[in-house]
Amino acid sequence: MQLLKKDQGLIEETWVHCTDLEPLPVSENIIVGYGRWLNEQETLLKRNGLLGLELPNDVSPADISDKLDHLSLILLDFPAFNDGRAYSQAQLLRNRYGFKGELRASGHVLRDQLAFMARCGIDCFELPLHAPAQEWSKAFSDFSNMYQGAADGFATIAQKRHLDQTGAE
Amino acid sequence: MYQYDGFDQEFVRQRSAQFRDQVKRRLSGALSEAEFKPLRLMNGVYLELHAYLLRVAIPYGTLSSQQLKRLAMIGRKWDRGYGHFTTRQNIQFNWPKLEDIPDMLDSLAEVEMHAIQTSGACIRNVTADQFSGVAKDEIEDPRPWAEIIRQWSSLHPEFTFLPRKFKVSITGSSEDRAAIKVHDIGLALKKNDHGDIGFEVMVGGGQGRTPMLAQTIRDFLPKSEILPYLEAIMRVYNQFGRRDNKYKARIKILVHETGIEKLRSLVEAEYEALRASFIDLPQAEVSRIQNFFTAPPYQNLEDQEALLNQQAQQNTGFGQWLQANRTGHKQPGYAVVTISLKPIGGIPGDISSDQMDYVADLSERYGFGEIRVTHEQNLVLPDIRQDQLFDLYQDLVSQGLATANAGLISDIISCPGMDYCALATARSIPIAQALSRRFEDITSQQNIGPLKIKISGCINACGHHHVGHIGILGLERKGEEHYQLSLGGHAGFEASIGKIVGPSFKEHQIVDAVETVVQTYLDLRTEDEIFLDTYRRLGDTPFKEALYAAA
Repeated sequence: MQLLKKDQGLIEETWVHCTDLEPLPVSENIIVGYGRWLNEQETLLKRNGLLGLELPNDVSPADISDKLDHLSLILLDFPAFNDGRAYSQAQLLRNRYGFKGELRASGHVLRDQLAFMARCGIDCFELPLHAPAQEWSKAFSDFSNMYQGAADGFATIAQKRHLDQTGAE
Repeated sequence: MYQYDGFDQEFVRQRSAQFRDQVKRRLSGALSEAEFKPLRLMNGVYLELHAYLLRVAIPYGTLSSQQLKRLAMIGRKWDRGYGHFTTRQNIQFNWPKLEDIPDMLDSLAEVEMHAIQTSGACIRNVTADQFSGVAKDEIEDPRPWAEIIRQWSSLHPEFTFLPRKFKVSITGSSEDRAAIKVHDIGLALKKNDHGDIGFEVMVGGGQGRTPMLAQTIRDFLPKSEILPYLEAIMRVYNQFGRRDNKYKARIKILVHETGIEKLRSLVEAEYEALRASFIDLPQAEVSRIQNFFTAPPYQNLEDQEALLNQQAQQNTGFGQWLQANRTGHKQPGYAVVTISLKPIGGIPGDISSDQMDYVADLSERYGFGEIRVTHEQNLVLPDIRQDQLFDLYQDLVSQGLATANAGLISDIISCPGMDYCALATARSIPIAQALSRRFEDITSQQNIGPLKIKISGCINACGHHHVGHIGILGLERKGEEHYQLSLGGHAGFEASIGKIVGPSFKEHQIVDAVETVVQTYLDLRTEDEIFLDTYRRLGDTPFKEALYAAA
């Protein structure tokens, strides 16, 4: 697996993925599963090191919205490319709950989905080991303008059309 | 009609370039068919029984003459000289080569057309009443709203991998000609008690193996709120729609299993929550789009009933055509004309490239260069002067396009069936052709009156058999084609799902069975009763008896 950060290219993994049974490392940055998060929240919130959470795609972001300040990374799951629930999770985390940490796409991530994911606010992507990352990165710029507002905050085509009249940004 | 600006043009060109790259990767072997499949499906490319198929979007069924000529050219250059109009107002080309499709898309982009989201688990091409803007009974023209929804739904990043495909249809008239109640979302413009116009929003209609009619989720939605409200419905569906079973993944199942009350509260709660961050369409943008749909430069004319009556008396064929294929126009002195693509014994919805060119020319000569496509697989010329109807009729006759059967028994909806489709379990085109020949005589068709036969070649119901007054479903049993007959279906505000009348029929029996049903209706009808009325009054008992008593 490789890690692609939207504006940086390939990056090194700096997080430790903890299974539910492993003892927690003392100070490293860790990503834990949702079960462990529910069961050991108090311990997790007290320890040193940054905390990341693997969010199953059937959990509503509302359920973690009051704890987002403690989270530096949320791992979103795409169990299959055509299971698009995490797109809504990403939009909600960014737009409604103001999550500022890393949103990482994990699972069946394909080149031709990267732009959709980025628009929904996902900024880091787990790529298959041999995927040509540079080639894949081109997918971010397939389109110059888009019709809908989304978590990426770009002005919509409709807004751009009326820039002069409205003075909007 | 709507015209692209630089943004729209750039968007379809970039989409076309993106697909060209995807095809290149497929042809080079960098993508397997399994990896390529979701990509081609996002762009209307299917792999059918004999070849690839390209489905081109005709947003809300509106075409310019230039666009229709381009479709003719594409059919000639990259297909076998024809195209097929579908029940979703799109056109399909049945024989393209994969390596040619990027060029076809570039050619479409030149005339402001595309194949975006004509397949895949995303928001499909938005359909609308084919008489929008010219209908006498119109409350408000739905086309600007359809265009607004088209733009909003195009490559929506959040709703491109939904549980299943998602179809939206919209009408602005007091009669529903767009079958909105069998769509995932049906929108009807209507006036409330204060005289304001807004949308009634219906959700959860669909056909397939579990036919259901849409239910009202919001009785009256101010027009300006349509996009955020749609976004709320889509978000609830994307999160809660079933993904464990593709046959239970449409929103109709979510509505059915959750209940409309509960679903409404979920949608309304999501709607309240998303309003704050939703980027509303600037009012200037709504006005900009509406300005593309103002009335064309009509002349001040008077209705010409006396002239038309006289011409009809002199020419019976014209009289019959006028009665079936002409619809009232909101502008005095004009008419709306349906061009039937159901010649007797022909393939429903098929049209040759030469005929496409000819119709495009007619739309320029007699109208304002605009053509509509209907979900019943016909074409419409929306603005024809009544005093030119006879000339137009004669021109249509010369090209075999004047079949006087719009809305009659031989105006049959049919899916492509096993002649083309990889999903089909039986052929549907030959059944449509045989029925059309059996009821060939236009005088007896007019005596039978309005009667809609709809034929699907498999349970997926692309031929709308569930909402046919007479519905026919082709199935395969032990290697043999069987046809199930259902009665009493109807698309429209008073929609109903047809009821299977009894055991299925073999291919050589089905046409006789339909004739028996029709004869039973003729024997039992009271004055002015159309088939559907008689069925609704009497139920299926007399039809059952007539069909099965002798057996």
